[in-house]
Amino acid sequence: MGAQHTVTEVAAAVDATRLAADGVSVGYGARTVIEDLDVAIPSGVVTTIIGPNGCGKSTLLRTLSRLLKPTRGTVVLDGDDIGRLRTRDVAKKLGLLPQAPVAPEGLTVADLVARGRHPHQSWLRQWSSDDAAVVERALAMTGVSDLGDRPVDSLSGGQRQRVWISMTLAQGTDLLLLDEPTTYLDLAHAIDVLDLVDDLHESGCTVVMVLHDLNLATRYSDNLVVMKEGSILAQGHPRDVITAELLHEAFGLRAMVIDDPVGDRPLIVPIGRAHVQLP
Amino acid sequence: MTYVHMGTTALERPTSRGTTQARRRRVVGLSTLVVLLVIAGAVSLAVGARALSPADVWHGLFAAPDSDQRLTEIRLIVQTVRVPRTVLAIVAGIALGVGGALIQGYTRNPIADTGLLGVNTGASFAVVAAIALFGFDDPFQYVWFAFLGAAAAGVVVFGLASIGRGAGNPLTLALAGQGVAVFLAAMTTAVALGDKESLNALRFWNAGSVAGVGFDVIWPVTGFIVVGLVLAVTTLPAINLLNLGDDVARGLGVNIALSRTVGIAAITLLAGAATAACGPIAFLGLMVAHVARYLTGPDYRWLVPYAGLLGAVILLACDIVGRLVVRPSELDVGVLVALLGAPFFAVLVWRGKFKSA
Amino acid sequence: MSGKDLRPSGPDIQPDGAEVRPNRQDTRPAMTPGVRLGTVSFVWRPWNVLITVLLAAAAFLVFCLSIGIGDFPIGLDQVLATLLGRGEQVDEFVIMDLRMPRALAGLVVGIALGVSGAITQSVARNPLASPDILGITGGASAVAVFLVTVSGGTAAAVVNAVGLSAAALAGGLGTGLLVYFLAWRRGIDGFRLILIGISVSAVMEAITTWLLATADIRDVARAQAWLVGSLDGRSWDEVRVAIWGTLVLLVVVGGVSFQFKPLHLGDDVAAGLGVRYTRVRAVLLLCAVLLAGVAVSAAGPVPFVALVAPQVAMRLVRCPTPPIVASGVVGALLLIGADLVARTALPIGLPVGVVTAAIGGPFLVYLLVRANLR
Repeated sequence: MGAQHTVTEVAAAVDATRLAADGVSVGYGARTVIEDLDVAIPSGVVTTIIGPNGCGKSTLLRTLSRLLKPTRGTVVLDGDDIGRLRTRDVAKKLGLLPQAPVAPEGLTVADLVARGRHPHQSWLRQWSSDDAAVVERALAMTGVSDLGDRPVDSLSGGQRQRVWISMTLAQGTDLLLLDEPTTYLDLAHAIDVLDLVDDLHESGCTVVMVLHDLNLATRYSDNLVVMKEGSILAQGHPRDVITAELLHEAFGLRAMVIDDPVGDRPLIVPIGRAHVQLP
Repeated sequence: MTYVHMGTTALERPTSRGTTQARRRRVVGLSTLVVLLVIAGAVSLAVGARALSPADVWHGLFAAPDSDQRLTEIRLIVQTVRVPRTVLAIVAGIALGVGGALIQGYTRNPIADTGLLGVNTGASFAVVAAIALFGFDDPFQYVWFAFLGAAAAGVVVFGLASIGRGAGNPLTLALAGQGVAVFLAAMTTAVALGDKESLNALRFWNAGSVAGVGFDVIWPVTGFIVVGLVLAVTTLPAINLLNLGDDVARGLGVNIALSRTVGIAAITLLAGAATAACGPIAFLGLMVAHVARYLTGPDYRWLVPYAGLLGAVILLACDIVGRLVVRPSELDVGVLVALLGAPFFAVLVWRGKFKSA
Repeated sequence: MSGKDLRPSGPDIQPDGAEVRPNRQDTRPAMTPGVRLGTVSFVWRPWNVLITVLLAAAAFLVFCLSIGIGDFPIGLDQVLATLLGRGEQVDEFVIMDLRMPRALAGLVVGIALGVSGAITQSVARNPLASPDILGITGGASAVAVFLVTVSGGTAAAVVNAVGLSAAALAGGLGTGLLVYFLAWRRGIDGFRLILIGISVSAVMEAITTWLLATADIRDVARAQAWLVGSLDGRSWDEVRVAIWGTLVLLVVVGGVSFQFKPLHLGDDVAAGLGVRYTRVRAVLLLCAVLLAGVAVSAAGPVPFVALVAPQVAMRLVRCPTPPIVASGVVGALLLIGADLVARTALPIGLPVGVVTAAIGGPFLVYLLVRANLR
């Protein structure tokens, strides 16, 4: 297991932690993917988990959101063992957007977002006026109010992701977990979605994402968790964590790290064999 | 193009020693099956309502006619009863085994059976229609209708499954097949309920039997089956590639539409001919395909021959048991294949021998 | 999208590039209306409710027509009067003792098949899915054919004691349990369950075939009619089983239905919304299988209703997923309508299964062609 690099304090962050994993081991059948891992997700910031294929980042996110049960250790949400809480109670605190979600053909945007109210509803109380108000607000927050009657499958990729995020917002949680929300989107739409995620974070949400694209992760997160082979290699603000050495250790990647010309974060420039002219 | 050495974890080609071992194992397996088949065939000639010794069987097959009463009887039994049913069981068993393996290969569906193409119900419907309309009562007369019905059903199902976007989609084939099969089954019942002779014939036909069929039927049926086998053999390499996905197969030069058409034609010929001669024998193709895959792995060039031989051995074995169990009468082979084969298959499933697809 | 401004887009930019003026309240689509009474509230979908009510009315109409038909024709007005308890005595006898069981069986079996099909298609997310994976149909058929074709003390005693339906149901359930336990090995694996279900069904079919081949020809006709799906000769004993079974199961389905809605969004999303999907799915599938079992015991394996009813209901009600209530109503209408046709429109009386197959087969082809030519 890789040594833990220094955990740096995250700038402008609240030091409260709502979600944490404590000595967690997770596996599929006989195969252990994550072994004895500790991580604390700071509140009020955007945390992104990155790492090479198969390092367990999706597994970690799924464990944090209770989709997977750890074989050892606990996940703690607001001080409680998440495994002991009722599923509905977890759903009221934690909103999850899985990879590549699929909506049935013909389902409208309004209906999909309305489903997000499910944890707050019951058999007798299936559509209260509160529900309607929250859904309207959720639609407005992601800017898809005018798409309410459109079928979800007729929208573009970026709009669809915004609608799904709207659904998780309708759950009324301020803790959002997003599993690769931009992987199937072209760059313009990916930026669009991540800008929206940043807006949400500005309004007080805590966000945990798994991202594939290193540069997007660097630009849009305040806290990076770098994983390799089932354990955490480094954690902290991108400026402190992203170095050429780390990239080589975690990804086997030769790269140069420079200052992003349009931002205040590091920019990763990969170095391969072809078409590179090293200074 | 420079080759970058990836270190000691580079992909290694399977050693030629490993491949030869596998091939040798398969050849041994195949030979074993052939030997089993010969033994089963010999047993089939000897066994029945009247048990015959090996000497009797030999005499029955090869001796010249003479005036000995008992030997004449034996010759009669062997040549007109035992030999035809043994040959038919072998031929039909091969056809159904190969057909079952092929349809699982083409539909990539581990629960596909030749009945999926509506072959069984097409044949049944044609039989009752022929009897109701023309009043046939001799199997020889309606076997041709059965074959035509089976072939027509296969063509219709395949045609439906080839429309537009769904072309070649295994799900579409299953959906179309199920629809046609259920529809035809209901229509068959409708006709049979209106005509007593066809109802009577239908219920015997449904039981599936290799008895009572003479060489006047067996030779033509064998002819069709041989054609089907030839077609099948030509498509075997294509099936291996199709199982990697349509796009990959196309990229490797497979003409998907052509090989699918040839494949379905082969299945229809094989299953149609076998069903026309014996009646519907369900489950054999499915079971044999899984067992064969367990023995040979997913290479269809080996899987299909294994499936064919297994089918023949099992069908013959069931026929033999059917003659022994309620002697002097007999249990129809179609019933026995399910009664014996299904539990055996279930045990294998329970022990986890079969993975999906 | 071409021409898209690379400035950070967001709530300001509409898909076609035009800018949205904020808070245009009057042109925003109305939120889904709700029906509220105190703290109790439900979604109000007017079109859905209207169509379902119309279909139910149609089913009731066909039900009354069906009752009126027979050797002793009874007019519609008299049927209604009798149902309300104000009919003449002779009408009452004919209707209540002779005709009602059959018509009621048609309604109930139709509902059971429609709901079962809707659940199965929703849970499996596959319009081909059939609720018969546990081999219940095969088991029920084998028992029914056995009782019809085997004469003799035990068979007759069983039929007299509990009725053909109950016995067939017991046979079907027994087979289902057998399959379940045979497939259980440190838990249930879906693939193993299906293969064992097929194996057991094959055995049951073989037994049925053999029974038919060795039976008296007169019994064979009755058995064959049962096997294609038939409402002939249903008595109150048999219908009672169907009615009670269906009612109980519908209550269970109704209770779970609320948890069911997010399942269409996928397992992960449903879990994220607080639904324990494995449990909900298992309960629902069990209900679907049992409903199908009850239907088969009462009317035999009627083809296509479980497949067609949800698809038709989905399109009529304009719902993206098979709607449970509407599917039940469509199933009832379909079955009882088919029975009416089977008894009147055809020169010889044929079992209802023949008509549902005649309708269902082409409909399936239509679905296929439509889906693939899109």
